[in-house]
Amino acid sequence: MGAIEVHNLSKSYGKVQALDSVSFSVERGELFGLIGPDGAGKTTLFRLLTTLLNPDSGSAEVDGCDTAKDYLAIRSRVGYMPGRFSLYPDLSVEENLQFFAALFGVTIEDSYDLIAPIYKQIEPFRTRRAGKLSGGMKQKLALSCALIHRPNVLFLDEPTTGVDAVSRSELWDMLSELKERGITILVSTPYMDEASRCDRIALCNEGRILKIDTPEGIVRGFDKQLYGISAKNMFALLEKARTADGVEDCYPFGEKHHLVAREEFDEAKFVAQLGDIEGLQIIRTAPTIEDMFIKLMKR
Amino acid sequence: MNDIVISVRELSKRFGNFTAVDRISFDVYRGEIFGFLGANGAGKTTAMRMLCGLSYPTSGKGSVAGYDIMHEGEQIKRHIGYMSQRFSLYNDLTVWENMRLFAGIYGLNKSQTEQQATELLERLNFSSERNTLVGSLPLGWKQKLSFAIATIHRPEVVFLDEPTGGVDPITRRQFWEMIYEAAESGTTIFVTTHYMDEAEYCTRVSIMVDGKVQALDTPTRLKQQFATESMDEVFRILARGAQRGE
Repeated sequence: MGAIEVHNLSKSYGKVQALDSVSFSVERGELFGLIGPDGAGKTTLFRLLTTLLNPDSGSAEVDGCDTAKDYLAIRSRVGYMPGRFSLYPDLSVEENLQFFAALFGVTIEDSYDLIAPIYKQIEPFRTRRAGKLSGGMKQKLALSCALIHRPNVLFLDEPTTGVDAVSRSELWDMLSELKERGITILVSTPYMDEASRCDRIALCNEGRILKIDTPEGIVRGFDKQLYGISAKNMFALLEKARTADGVEDCYPFGEKHHLVAREEFDEAKFVAQLGDIEGLQIIRTAPTIEDMFIKLMKR
Repeated sequence: MNDIVISVRELSKRFGNFTAVDRISFDVYRGEIFGFLGANGAGKTTAMRMLCGLSYPTSGKGSVAGYDIMHEGEQIKRHIGYMSQRFSLYNDLTVWENMRLFAGIYGLNKSQTEQQATELLERLNFSSERNTLVGSLPLGWKQKLSFAIATIHRPEVVFLDEPTGGVDPITRRQFWEMIYEAAESGTTIFVTTHYMDEAEYCTRVSIMVDGKVQALDTPTRLKQQFATESMDEVFRILARGAQRGE
């Protein structure tokens, strides 16, 4: 049995269906990513799995415990870092950590070896109030607190949202290290480019899971030829390319536009058709997670 | 074409002995999409607040939309558009009521409001939704509406502060197409983002590190300068050198 088993979980808030019959399982020791925008149902799913919310229907097990029947047991086996900073701003770094240790009946010393790689970076500021820490330091403290009772499963809700590219990459390095220690990790993110740091991912949108696979598997599932196109005036190019023959879809993608070709698409014909556009370049390119997400959303 | 809409020279902001913004200088031209990037804590927000007339610089000088940063903060506020992180319209008001409210705040009179709001709705293909509560609109429409309302008083320059955080990939692209369109018609766009692919959509990009503008050029030239393939790499190289956190 996996570390997390989710069977047809549904949850609505009034008229809004936040989660619509979602099922998946996460293996022990796996780093599993929920990738999707706001409104995908990621936070609802976390709250259900951490027993903070009851589902309308469906069931789930975490670390072998049923979220409804064994909710008390689950709470001491999982660590949860919510999307919003939720430590005590008036307590110091060390006091926050002591507080969470006391709640779970452990000491900082008991878990020091586990949290050290993260906690050491903020230890020089242990007397500083948590509210006075920088964003990156708050996050390290929150992660230390979530790990203080040596949980088997760690839940992280959008730990990298609003964080710059360098700090994001550091956080993923920390998660990889925790995975090495055997902790199962369920992490959510709206950034598609972070998918490659996970063992497997679920692409989520509007309360549903669109696809579950390894990052490589997801990309392999993109069954159309993709091109990168560019020209001097990128905006004009976009409009023209969309109406050209054999083009299924065309959308901005960083420095190039991505063009999804139908079977009958012909490069030479395309170039001829767009003839008068300055600096046109077209090159075959490999799809990314985001291309697949767009494709699945449009289906 | 090369009218200057934003110009700053040696602009600094100190809080006590902490220099949040350290003598930054640059110009932004009419119709440009100017990407304003930086690591957390690099001083972006402080710099942006000065450009929007919300905070006065400690030293240096500059102008936005023709008004002096040092002395004409109130004028600047009236002559720029601003869209904050994500969505900031009133969910309990209708599309039209939101437009009227913001038009009023920007000092448009009744007939100007009527004319501008009608025109915006037509351009967005939105006329039928005039009396719809904003809260019931899909995210993509809300975002388009937010942007439209930020430009209801026809500002020369619009400031967009992380407009696409947490937004799905399709809506995010629709939003950028709208930015392209506005820039084509001569509106200057000043935008911050954490998505590095969006940095590629900008005419020019500046990257702040520790209070200073460390790089400023077109995405193509920045990539050449740092000998990398992507803006993501350019950003990493510069931000890794940062000494201070948020």
